[in-house]
Amino acid sequence: MSVAIRIQQVSKSFGAVQALDRVDLEIEPGEFFGLLGPNGAGKTTLISALAGLVRADHGTLRVMGHDVQSDYRAARRQLGVVPQELVFDPFFTVRESLKIQSGYFGISNNDAWIDEILENLGLTPKANANMRMLSGGMKRRVLVAQALVHRPPVIVLDEPTAGVDVELRQTLWAFIRRLNEAGHTIVLTTHYLEEAESLCSRIAMLQSGRVVALDTTANLLRRFSSHTLRLRSRGEMPVDLVLGAAQSGGWWSLPFDRYEEVELLLARIREAGCGIEDLEIGKPDLEEVFVRVMQGESKGGGG
Amino acid sequence: MGHGFSTLLCKEVLRFWKVASQTVAAPVLTALLYLLIFSHVLEGHVKIHGVAYTSFLIPGLVMMSVLQNAFANSSSSLIQSKVTGNIVFVLLPPISYLEFFSAYVLAAVVRGVVVGTGVLLATCWFAPLHFAAPLWILAFALMGGAILGSLGVIAGIWAEKFDQLAAFQNFLIMPLTFLSGVFYSINSLPPFWQQVSHWNPVFYMIDGFRHGFFGVSDASPWHSFAVVAACFALLTAFTLHLLKRGYKLRA
Ligand SMILES: Nc1ncnc2c1ncn2[C@@H]1O[C@H](COP(=O)(O)OP(=O)(O)OP(=O)(O)O)[C@@H](O)[C@H]1O
Ligand SMILES: [Mg+2]
Repeated sequence: MSVAIRIQQVSKSFGAVQALDRVDLEIEPGEFFGLLGPNGAGKTTLISALAGLVRADHGTLRVMGHDVQSDYRAARRQLGVVPQELVFDPFFTVRESLKIQSGYFGISNNDAWIDEILENLGLTPKANANMRMLSGGMKRRVLVAQALVHRPPVIVLDEPTAGVDVELRQTLWAFIRRLNEAGHTIVLTTHYLEEAESLCSRIAMLQSGRVVALDTTANLLRRFSSHTLRLRSRGEMPVDLVLGAAQSGGWWSLPFDRYEEVELLLARIREAGCGIEDLEIGKPDLEEVFVRVMQGESKGGGG
Repeated sequence: MGHGFSTLLCKEVLRFWKVASQTVAAPVLTALLYLLIFSHVLEGHVKIHGVAYTSFLIPGLVMMSVLQNAFANSSSSLIQSKVTGNIVFVLLPPISYLEFFSAYVLAAVVRGVVVGTGVLLATCWFAPLHFAAPLWILAFALMGGAILGSLGVIAGIWAEKFDQLAAFQNFLIMPLTFLSGVFYSINSLPPFWQQVSHWNPVFYMIDGFRHGFFGVSDASPWHSFAVVAACFALLTAFTLHLLKRGYKLRA
């Protein structure tokens, strides 16, 4: 079976802005893939190039083996894109929009699947409402629905949860997870890193159009983030501990890898005659990974 | 042409039909006002090709409405979609360049013909009309609508803002249609302006269309049709080229 998405040496500039710089990426069928990066990193540009909305200056992009330029019709049939911008056609109702979108993909009798999508996204009560009348979150749901009408094997969601309430996030992710379990490849961009951490099995990080990190989520967490023992102390902390620690707002953060080390750290503090006012244990998180990768640091930071 | 094409065509027709008071009723009323004013001023003073002025004017107004509304349909649909961003809905699916072009142009023709028919029905009470060669009427209406529909596609793709589209409309489409013999026969013009009019493709559309009603015209209908068909072929090739390159639609 061919890879779901193959991006080779893709570059794109807008005038002086280099939005993508020789991006290489391969995503396997069935993956739940995260594409992360700060504002302006090039995530949307990469998705647009994949969807044929933007033409790459160099390089090739394939969806399920189909080149997005030379074999664009086959490539687009395999791809469902939820755009970042909240766009809608004010002339139509929710159901009409979905029927029209189905028609564009050559599907004439799609009512059963449309009903299922509506139900799964909590849109059934709004099915006959005009698009103009919907709230922002509801419009976002319709955008997701529109991307799914043709049951694309590859689904790309560009910040689908921006401006969306907790309930929709949960229903949306439950639905997308089910699609993923049914074999659909999912690519997701988001600025909510906990979301990416819990959903994505593999992550690429973009910065100024370049892939600066690409690995499984577990490996990234291991490489760039550690457990931390966070505490507020009364009295002088032992000097050797302070060296490897960070301090902010009266809290010390001491990194450690295995839980056994906590015991040793606490023992050292007690020996120094230092009291502990408050204490918590932080797990490795993607936010730390993100910050370190963006600053070009490795684990254990400081420089 | 697949199901994508027919859906896009259907959607484009629905789009104007849902706001028919603006897209159909308003232009019919405008044409009716032209008829009332010009026929009030000129009826009884002017006869053209041996036809009373009001009778002469009606086909001109009908054709002008066909042309202007065909242009308005494709151009305003595209610019609205671009400005609001919902153009992505037609750019993401596997719709070919030819299907995209044909759907927008055909919807423009439908709008032009619907408005033209409305104008004809609203004005035909004011003067006797003949239908000397109905096939010419149909042929020129469809061709004219298709040409202006293609121009609308070009303008809609090119313009980035509404005022750029307005400029295209006010400085190109309006002069071409008004100076084409809607309100007069170019035979009544000084020789220099007659020459100029022969370079205006819209002149041939209106002249040929009128031939279908009265069986007489400034130019031969075959000649006019050849000019119009050549224009359409050129515009089609040009527009398809733009679409294929992704000009302004796919950066
Ligand atoms: N059509 C365009 N014309 C000019 N510059 C553009 C265009 N699209 C994107 N850019 C520029 O390309 C760079 C990458 O933009 P892109 O939208 O891909 O970023 P992003 O990673 O999606 O950011 P965000 O998280 O804010 O959505 C930015 O510097 C942006 O200003
Ligand atoms: Mg973006």
